[in-house]
Amino acid sequence: MNKKQNQEKITKEVVITGFGGQGIVLAGSILGKAAALGDHLESTLVQSYGPESRGGACSAQVIISTDTIHYPYINRPDILVCMSQSAYEKHIDQLKPGGLLLIDKDLVRRMGKRDDYFSIPSTRMAEELGRTMMANIIMIGFLTAITHIVSKNAAKNSVAVSVPKGTEENNIKAFQKGFDYGQAVLKGREKKAAGRTGAIS
Amino acid sequence: MKPAVLTGEHFFTGDVACAEGALAAGCRFFGGYPITPATEIAEHMSARLPDIGGTFIQMEDEIAAMASILGASWAGLKCMTATSGPGFSLMMENIGLGICTETPCVVVNVQRGGPSTGLPTQGAQSDMMQARWGSHGHYEIIALSPASPQEIFYQTITAFNLSETYRLPVLIMTDEIVGHMSERVSIPSAKDIKTVSRLAPKGRKDRFKPFEPGPNGVAPMPTVGQGYNVHVTGLTHDEKGYPVMSVEAQDEMMKRITNKITNNLDDIIQTQSYRLDDADIAVISYGVSARTSLSAVDEARKMGIKAGLLRLITVWPFPEDQIRRLANQVKKMVTVEINLGQIFLEVQRCAGNKIPVALVGHPGGTIIPPESVIDVLKEPV
Repeated sequence: MNKKQNQEKITKEVVITGFGGQGIVLAGSILGKAAALGDHLESTLVQSYGPESRGGACSAQVIISTDTIHYPYINRPDILVCMSQSAYEKHIDQLKPGGLLLIDKDLVRRMGKRDDYFSIPSTRMAEELGRTMMANIIMIGFLTAITHIVSKNAAKNSVAVSVPKGTEENNIKAFQKGFDYGQAVLKGREKKAAGRTGAIS
Repeated sequence: MKPAVLTGEHFFTGDVACAEGALAAGCRFFGGYPITPATEIAEHMSARLPDIGGTFIQMEDEIAAMASILGASWAGLKCMTATSGPGFSLMMENIGLGICTETPCVVVNVQRGGPSTGLPTQGAQSDMMQARWGSHGHYEIIALSPASPQEIFYQTITAFNLSETYRLPVLIMTDEIVGHMSERVSIPSAKDIKTVSRLAPKGRKDRFKPFEPGPNGVAPMPTVGQGYNVHVTGLTHDEKGYPVMSVEAQDEMMKRITNKITNNLDDIIQTQSYRLDDADIAVISYGVSARTSLSAVDEARKMGIKAGLLRLITVWPFPEDQIRRLANQVKKMVTVEINLGQIFLEVQRCAGNKIPVALVGHPGGTIIPPESVIDVLKEPV
């Protein structure tokens, strides 16, 4: 999204969901911060979680707009990110027709017929990087590559200032992994659409 | 080490923006007890205050938290505490002590669903009447209701300035939604932030009266240890601060603590008008519900309905004159708030004998969706 190119009002609504403890709210905060501070757009983040600190259902709602945002809640997201099966089941019907679904490949088994979705094994990739906790950062990299809702630079800077001191380098690495994976998936789809074989998943 | 004023652009929750507003206003003492959804204010103050020469203390409960800020205020500091419903109830007695002893301080209530333990992680605006009348006795109070993280930053500064000017506890009645939502917060440079400090006494120390009203109805306030004779009591007291159990002393003290507010309404009350100039229907709202109302007003205008919004930034003292004037202009008022009718009662009191007043309320736990407001705006006037 770019403020200068678009004179008309553009608003994108993103819901990120999963379990408490997966860094869902932090992922939302990174996204909102990237839009507000990096790309100079308007953005709001609201969170919902239960009284328990880990394991309960958790969601972050991020609105990014070229215009002032009055109402900060989302009923029908343009983009839905699911990091757990229960979150997927709870939120999938809210996704706008034609909206984008992004899921963790290993943690969410899709039901129904939707084919228009993007998946990434973000938790497995984070484990391979040595810290499961970074799955949310990988997902933000993936989301940035697939949706372009924020610029790559803004997202990367936002990751760097949002994670604990001393972990910046590893988290940027995780972000880049997710971003590269997203670009590869898009490239694979292009090839598929052009009728070539050998596409990536 | 970070400075007291974090000049620059941030993506803050309302809670953090409130804490930063307090620091920018000069707050150097926070006494509190953690409670969802206000904990982040205490957490942020505990991280920030020691670095800038301030003090953070976690007290044993909210009764003590409120007592601690009254004490710190008489020691000369600007102080704050933050809580939510159950803690606000516990603070009531000592808020009264602060009113009676004319002690400047700021109390933040990040409202959640009640009564009792209620809905700890979900928002409401149902402590508005408690804010007005929760402590015993008759008194005046100031309560502000910001609608965004940016606004809570500025209104926290205003709350400190009002508390220092009028010598009383000032309440910030925010809610879980504003407290926990994140948005861009721009913090100006320290020199561009207007802060007010209580008037210091002058003249002979042995003749000084700590409760003798000055020109604006407020007495200068000494700091304990400066050598002024200071007697501070919750008993009815004279201008020296000594207890006097008489009808005359009660009358004089009550005039002092109420007139300083009621005689300065123009200086205290802030409201914002939105699309009201040609409006037939005025929505009256505050805090996060005013954001819902803004969306609803814009949508209604698209449908050709002449709606506007009067946003109450100051809820107490109640903007009576503003509502009464508006009642002469519009044909209907709609109050929007996350409770089952509290500020609605005040709007009805001020406008109800002239025009119909409707309520869009909700028992708490969530924001009111704009659709609920639009449905009422669509009804024939």
